[in-house]
Amino acid sequence: MSELISAEAKSWIGRSGEPQRVEINRSDIIKYSIATEQRQAKYLEGDEAPPMFMFGALRPLVPMDELGPDGISVDKFLPELPLKRVMAGGTEMKFHRTVHPGDVLRATRSLSDMYEKQGGSGPLIFVVYDLRVETEAGELVMEERQTRILR
Amino acid sequence: MSAIDISTLAVGEALPERSHTATNVSLFLYNAIIWNPHRIHYDETYTTQVEKHPGVVIDGPLQGDWLNQVVLNWMGDNGTLTQFNYSNRRASYLGETLTSGGAITAIDKAAGTVDVEIFIKNEKGDVITPGTAQVRF
Repeated sequence: MSELISAEAKSWIGRSGEPQRVEINRSDIIKYSIATEQRQAKYLEGDEAPPMFMFGALRPLVPMDELGPDGISVDKFLPELPLKRVMAGGTEMKFHRTVHPGDVLRATRSLSDMYEKQGGSGPLIFVVYDLRVETEAGELVMEERQTRILR
Repeated sequence: MSAIDISTLAVGEALPERSHTATNVSLFLYNAIIWNPHRIHYDETYTTQVEKHPGVVIDGPLQGDWLNQVVLNWMGDNGTLTQFNYSNRRASYLGETLTSGGAITAIDKAAGTVDVEIFIKNEKGDVITPGTAQVRF
């Protein structure tokens, strides 16, 4: 059944990455809101973060020498797989609470599933990540399921 | 913003459309704030010659945000966005004008929820980024 995904790679299913701590600040929300052409004052003035703001806030911050010539850093939270070209699959989000300046959030990503399918132009590997964002007090802020497709 | 009365909504009703035309400046600012150094969003020579795209690529998650705003700007002050799903099906490039919009697909008055289907279309009218969302009133 699983020809492309090795037993070692399979063993990554269920693993969680190191939790990421993020301090939310107003000027980042304002910059994000300008760049995404938000229309509502609460976003443009930075009182509340637009729902998709967290996508940018949680992107990896790595030293310059870990960026490739394409500008991308290698995601270390991915096992060795025989397919290398990564495409974004779908993203599903659930929002439980809005995000505001001063919030200190904790994000944990886990690799929740990995499976292969035969695509029209060859085999594909689907890697599913679940992201959980909470306040420091443990209040759930948002959940996100992101699928990456390797071909 | 005004409030929406769920009892006045009907399945099939359209959400307001909006057009977005990314520029080098807007893509630079977006990728700066999300801290995305991938060269396909700002380095045209690299993008066309090395990654073989026809032009500078408009970020998928930026389209996701525009899609999200279709709902945020429609639902008014009394709506809460509870769920949002999207996927980038096809790439789009600097110079293209994209249109966002959507329509109501289900209304549950007892639960106070409304489901919508949302889209980003290119100039040819192809849906390049489809999505769905749920709003609680």
